[in-house]
Amino acid sequence: MKLFNAIMIGLKDIWAHKYRSLLTMLGIVLGVASLVAMAAIVKGMENGMKESLVAMGGVDKVRIEDEDVPLHQQHLEDQAPGKTMADVLALQQNATLVRLISPEMGLRNDVVRRGGKTAYPSETVGVTRAVLEMNLYEVQHGRFFSDYDQEHASSVCVIGTGIRDELFGAPEEVGEEIIPIGEIIHLNGQPFTIVGMFKHYESEMTRKLRELAQQNKDKQEPGIQRRTGWRSQRWDAFWRKNNVVYIPIRTMWVKFRSGAGREVEMDDGSIVAMPDPRLDDIDIKVRDFDKIQEAIAQVKNILMITHNGIEDFEIDTQEDRIEDINKNIRNARMSGGIIAALSLLVGGIGIMNIMLASINERIREIGTCKALGATGTDIFAQILVESVTLALLGALAGILAAFGLVQIIEAASPTQNSPVITTTPMIIAVAFSCGVGILAGFFPAIKAARFDPIQALRYE
Amino acid sequence: MPLVELRDIHKVYHLGGEEIRALDGVSLDINEGDFCSIIGPSGSGKSTLMHILGCLDSPTSGTLKLDGMEIQNATPRQLATIRNQKIGFVFQFFNLLPKLNVLQNVELPMVYSGLGGRERRERAMEALRHVELENRSKHRPSQLSGGQQQRVAIARALVNNPRIIFADEPTGNLDSHTGELILDMFRGFHREGRTIILVTHDPEIAALTSHKIEIRDGKIAANLDRTLAGLDRPIPAAV
Ligand SMILES: Nc1ncnc2c1ncn2[C@@H]1O[C@H](COP(=O)(O)OP(=O)(O)O)[C@@H](O)[C@H]1O
Ligand SMILES: [Mg+2]
Repeated sequence: MKLFNAIMIGLKDIWAHKYRSLLTMLGIVLGVASLVAMAAIVKGMENGMKESLVAMGGVDKVRIEDEDVPLHQQHLEDQAPGKTMADVLALQQNATLVRLISPEMGLRNDVVRRGGKTAYPSETVGVTRAVLEMNLYEVQHGRFFSDYDQEHASSVCVIGTGIRDELFGAPEEVGEEIIPIGEIIHLNGQPFTIVGMFKHYESEMTRKLRELAQQNKDKQEPGIQRRTGWRSQRWDAFWRKNNVVYIPIRTMWVKFRSGAGREVEMDDGSIVAMPDPRLDDIDIKVRDFDKIQEAIAQVKNILMITHNGIEDFEIDTQEDRIEDINKNIRNARMSGGIIAALSLLVGGIGIMNIMLASINERIREIGTCKALGATGTDIFAQILVESVTLALLGALAGILAAFGLVQIIEAASPTQNSPVITTTPMIIAVAFSCGVGILAGFFPAIKAARFDPIQALRYE
Repeated sequence: MPLVELRDIHKVYHLGGEEIRALDGVSLDINEGDFCSIIGPSGSGKSTLMHILGCLDSPTSGTLKLDGMEIQNATPRQLATIRNQKIGFVFQFFNLLPKLNVLQNVELPMVYSGLGGRERRERAMEALRHVELENRSKHRPSQLSGGQQQRVAIARALVNNPRIIFADEPTGNLDSHTGELILDMFRGFHREGRTIILVTHDPEIAALTSHKIEIRDGKIAANLDRTLAGLDRPIPAAV
């Protein structure tokens, strides 16, 4: 009951000095707004990064990458074998902790053409069926390569929707979804039959924007609208995922790589190239994610044997990437937290200042209250409640401001990952503001509680 | 047994090197139902005496017994309770809280005694009826005249049904006509049997009371209790 009264009196006092109170609260408002908005932006960032991580094949994907041989082995450099199918075979037979191995043999300077149209894939690779699970692909139309295709090195390919968009037209432009199964495209001049097309991959954010664009489409004039807002940015993880051309690995070998190595000039003047058996990538997935370190050690041991002890490779886990993401997030949180803490500190000082001014103005009122039977505790509670009320009003305004801020950010840069406002930072912000209010009000409240009623009454 | 017993009260202020004896050995008794005036020139120590009697201030030396309780031994919390329950104050400058409306001002003493909202409102309205201001309950003090503000202050002093009402120059800031209305009110309370202690520098007002204490330079110059002296006579209705 007393508390309610104290809050009501506090609110009245705040209302009586609207502008003063508003200015006082500004620090808290800014602090809370930056805390909540920052957290929302970081959350958006986090979501985006996790989405692209999944787009790149999930957290349990381990990549074996080429690496310069270490300094002490530099004299062996020209004997370094690189990654070959021999590694894949060795791993398949010996790496018990590995569940899935996906060899990839890439095509350099890859271009696909059809009619007058040209597309530059994110990658053109010869793969096996393992790639589907490795890179988390789903064939939505048609089929993946069969064992027959693999065995006979058939000229077939499975493409991402991005390649379809470039060569046949995107659904948004054409008005209908074209499924080019059975069509023939030219990959670096060689004809290939499209036998399958993957699902379309996009981030939450792009999906929302695309749907929005779809809705607004009726209102807008048709025509020039290429490469705007909702399209994935070139080179982001989703763009890369949608712009692949996969062919059977044996096809890659027979058609492109068996004569792509070092060139040799024959006696009759003709030039013949050596085969290039190197794989661009060996991706693996481990059997047990908890034993990833052991699995990596095992893989490394096996590869050291197949590579004649020359360490020309590096094993790269998504863990490193997750670590990077977490580090970025921590940094962003930290800087947001520091800004918020400083604002809250400034806000707290402002509140303390205003509460000191307020009790000096009300010294007679306080004396009167004491004459009417208020105890020191009553006065203390009154001032403290006013200070906390001020801080909490500021926090409330700050949360509202954060919503506004996030709207503005979203409007300003729609291609970024959209910020997500969560309740945790709000609760933290409110709790902090409450604490700031208590700290800021404590000293003035003690001062007011100790006013001698007589001095307070005689005070003019 | 007197309601108030004051024995050899001294109050000394030190201002720079100078010693100011605001009260210099004051002893007096005030009985239940007294209409008592404390009169004296400005600076004689009236307010100081009233503040000590009202448990707002503590004397440098001497004892005060109020309603059977030794005040000099009381803790600040007990003093607050005594002020809240046994004493009602009326000030020269009304001392209403400007941000609260009339009703809330009158409710304030009951807030500190921890009464519930409904009962508070009923009793506050009752007290406002007593001073004929129930139709102004939602007004701000600043929207009222001086006389009306003082009546609100009186309602506030009465609302916890105290044993003693202290009034420090309650008419000092009012025109003579309004002042008389306020004094009439105090006379009414006296007839209802309340104990009233009125501080004034106006002999005409003091003449209306049954017990007149004159104070000069912190000492009691005269203490005339007509009820004890058998000089009690009906108090004229108006001056
Ligand atoms: N806080 C104080 N410090 C110093 N002197 C004071 C203080 N309060 C009152 N006095 C002095 O005590 C004397 C009595 O004051 P007061 O009781 O207010 O007189 P009155 O109410 O009769 O005008 C005066 O001389 C006044 O200056
Ligand atoms: Mg005085």
